[in-house]
Amino acid sequence: MTDFLNIALLFIQYTVMTPSVRLQEMIRVIRSARTQGEERGIIQRECADIRSQFRQGDNGERSHSLAKLLYVHMLGYPAHFGQMECVRLIASPRYSEKRIGYLGAMMLLDEKQDASLLITNSIKNDLSHSSQYVQSLALCTLACMGSAEMCRDLAPEIERLLRASHSYIKKKATLCAVHIIRKVPELAELFTPSARTLLSEKNHGVLHGAVVLITELCERNPDTLVQFRKAVPELVQIMKGLVTSSYSPEHNVAGISDPFLQVRILRLLRILGHNNDTASDAMNDLLAQVATNTDSSKTAGSAVLYETVLTIMDINSESGLRVLAVNILGRFLLNNDRNIRYISMTSLQKIVQTDHNAVQRHRGTIVDCLKDQDTSVKRRALELSLALVSAVNIRSMMKELLIFLSVCPPELRSQTASGIFNAAERYSPSKRWHIDTILHVLTTAGGDVRDETVPNLIQLITTASELHCYTVHKLYRALIKDIAQQSLVQVACWCIGEYGDLLLKGECEEIEPVQVTEDDILDALETVLQSHMSSPATRGFALTATMKLSTRITDNVDRIRSIVSIYGSCIDLELQQRAVEYNALFKKYDHMRAAVLERMPVMDKNSPGHTNGDTSGEIKEPDTSKPKPVEAGLLSEPASQVCDLLDLLGGTDTPLQPSPAPTSTPTTTSSADLLDLLGGLEIKPVPTVSVYEKNGLSLKIQCDKQTETEVTVTLIASNSTQNDITNFTLQAAVPKSVQLQMKAPSGNVIPAHGLGQVTQTVLLNNPNKVSLKMRIRVAYSNQGAMHQDTVQIDSFPSAACQPSFSPL
Amino acid sequence: MRFLLLFSRQGKLRLQKWFTALSDRDKKKIIRDVMQMVLVRPPKSCNFLQWRDLKIVYRRYASLYFCCGLEQGDNELITLELLHRYVELLDQYFGNVCELDIIFNFEKAYFILDEFIIGGEVQETSKASVAKSMEEADSLQETMEEYLNKPTY
Repeated sequence: MTDFLNIALLFIQYTVMTPSVRLQEMIRVIRSARTQGEERGIIQRECADIRSQFRQGDNGERSHSLAKLLYVHMLGYPAHFGQMECVRLIASPRYSEKRIGYLGAMMLLDEKQDASLLITNSIKNDLSHSSQYVQSLALCTLACMGSAEMCRDLAPEIERLLRASHSYIKKKATLCAVHIIRKVPELAELFTPSARTLLSEKNHGVLHGAVVLITELCERNPDTLVQFRKAVPELVQIMKGLVTSSYSPEHNVAGISDPFLQVRILRLLRILGHNNDTASDAMNDLLAQVATNTDSSKTAGSAVLYETVLTIMDINSESGLRVLAVNILGRFLLNNDRNIRYISMTSLQKIVQTDHNAVQRHRGTIVDCLKDQDTSVKRRALELSLALVSAVNIRSMMKELLIFLSVCPPELRSQTASGIFNAAERYSPSKRWHIDTILHVLTTAGGDVRDETVPNLIQLITTASELHCYTVHKLYRALIKDIAQQSLVQVACWCIGEYGDLLLKGECEEIEPVQVTEDDILDALETVLQSHMSSPATRGFALTATMKLSTRITDNVDRIRSIVSIYGSCIDLELQQRAVEYNALFKKYDHMRAAVLERMPVMDKNSPGHTNGDTSGEIKEPDTSKPKPVEAGLLSEPASQVCDLLDLLGGTDTPLQPSPAPTSTPTTTSSADLLDLLGGLEIKPVPTVSVYEKNGLSLKIQCDKQTETEVTVTLIASNSTQNDITNFTLQAAVPKSVQLQMKAPSGNVIPAHGLGQVTQTVLLNNPNKVSLKMRIRVAYSNQGAMHQDTVQIDSFPSAACQPSFSPL
Repeated sequence: MRFLLLFSRQGKLRLQKWFTALSDRDKKKIIRDVMQMVLVRPPKSCNFLQWRDLKIVYRRYASLYFCCGLEQGDNELITLELLHRYVELLDQYFGNVCELDIIFNFEKAYFILDEFIIGGEVQETSKASVAKSMEEADSLQETMEEYLNKPTY
């Protein structure tokens, strides 16, 4: 640009009262600031200048000043002091000032500001201004920032403009009406009559506005929708006109005649045809025509096709049309343009439930889209792939999904993992496949799976009892390869603890046999325990697994003992507690160790023990609930003596002998903790009650209520004499309707001086809920002499199971 | 459409048009979030994003990003056409428009937008009509003499 031109331009600009020059100077200055601080300084100066300009009143500079302020506002600085200036400028008779004033109102005033109400009157006046451009300013501003109150005030004016004015104003008034209805829905009735007549307009702008208005009215009011269904033929006509018309340069975009209008009409037709056969029929032909004739090589055409497909799928269209629509989407899937592929998948997602088979045909392409570079496309492909998984294609789909999991971007990993789990759960062809799949996911993306995965997997493994050997071998191998994935390590530890004996056997049908020694297993577990990578929860798993192995292996129990005792002084509180309890299990409660650590029963998915919120997933149910293969107890007595007992239970009420006061919970804290660990659920420390004490032999019972009708009674015998008690046996009898099952006693020798105990568990089932009584006969030898005695226990109150008794 | 934003590659806002009532703080937050999301997208990406309950459609023209927030029922492909139409209008008005034109004449960019879109919806689908309206409106801007002679309020 030469200097001359420059000057000429400046001259022209100065003579016409555009804000531009002054504004541009300021902008230039602001942009030349080199630091944020410098910019702030300039802004402050300018704002001060602007403020003084505002105070001076009318001097021809006001519009420049407001323009400057608006720029400052756009940079993010406060500009509220300009609000009143907007109000003043809007009221000015000068178009330039009005124009900038209205712009300011749209930028600075919103319905939350009080000043916005002040312009209502100006807007009202300007709506009837002689110049359509002034009217236009008012309409535009009202449609942009009009509050509900303003809308109510001015609605009649807008309605008048809808009917009377020419197209330039009509189109704006129509969209202003849309805004009013959104703000004040009750005013919809006001505009409904005029909306109908607007459809006969020729001007595309007005037509477009009319379609938007009718759409808004129909979406808000079902009655209005019924009314406008009658307009379907008219809309079809208009569409036909657009689709078949010859080239019209004014509205043409890439060969499509007014795609904006076409898309809006299609959208309205969708709403009108939804759930209505007559309307849907009326538009069938049109939709077929649009679908086949629209050229989709450019975006405009694709946009129209897209809207057409959406409409076809949402109305009651005939099946041929639906197939056509899905095929269009299938074609879109192969399009080079990423946007089109994305759109296609979004649409397919919407119809995958209803038109499942049709979408299945394109499964291959969809799965290919998983490999697309773009994350948006990948995400859509993932959702769609997961929706397409079915019993038939599960194996091949899972292969693809697992490949995807290993290469997908991190933000999609957890969604993929949970999708895979859900699919596996619903459609897995075999338990082994299921377990393999979950293991694969854990190895690839163990860090991204949800917490429930670990207990879920454990539960799954327990139910697949025939695969225990296979599973534990696989997990063991995964464990020795890599211990970084916490969920995998946790499950592996649990399995090794449970099924370590199977691991040691070495042979397993489904997997290559590998010789694993006890030391190997313990090495692996110790590595987990000591590794920095293991989380506290994982170490807890490992420690418990080590402990469980003490009953499953034979040679290295000492090693286990030492591991466990080392952790008795661990800093981690949870580990320390566990180690201490396990130590106790070795020492004081060694007789219970086998029972405590035996195999877990198969867990129900929704049993209370399953949702033990603890993320360590440590679930233990009281092992006493599992029926052991029972030796029939010692009821080998001649029947007559047993009958004796039963007869004696005929309800004689012998007065109770004063008895030693029932000892309340003798359990020490460590065994209470032990029970807590075991129970995890509702177990409270069970009271042990003494029922018999004679000649140095004392008998205590603990009872535990398992269900409404089942009670477990544990009898504990101890010996405070100088000599061991030998040949110790217990017999028990209960009322006729109660079923009794006696388990094997822990032994029949009670060491002297209280150094040991014999325990025996009795299971009672009381289906008729009669009052429970039990008679116990003890027999033993002490110092060569035979002794026999009987104890009757009269009542077991349900809650605390504190029996009252009468020794006989 | 809920909003339309224009911003540069450095994250400077050049134009903001809001079609729903929001507090200043909400607006600032939306601008920040959307800018962050859009500016990190690699060049050949898909132009559509899902953000909260909105569909974000954006396109880069030279150094400016044109970005819209759409509701669920809106057609993303036609919005791309809409953005393109707006750029064409700016181009026609300014003659080979560049970012500087929009910076130094931002009020005109708004005026043009207001002739094309009202309340988030297209008001005029003919390019020529919009251009003509702008011309005529501009001609109403008074000269200095007329300005000073008009009665003050």
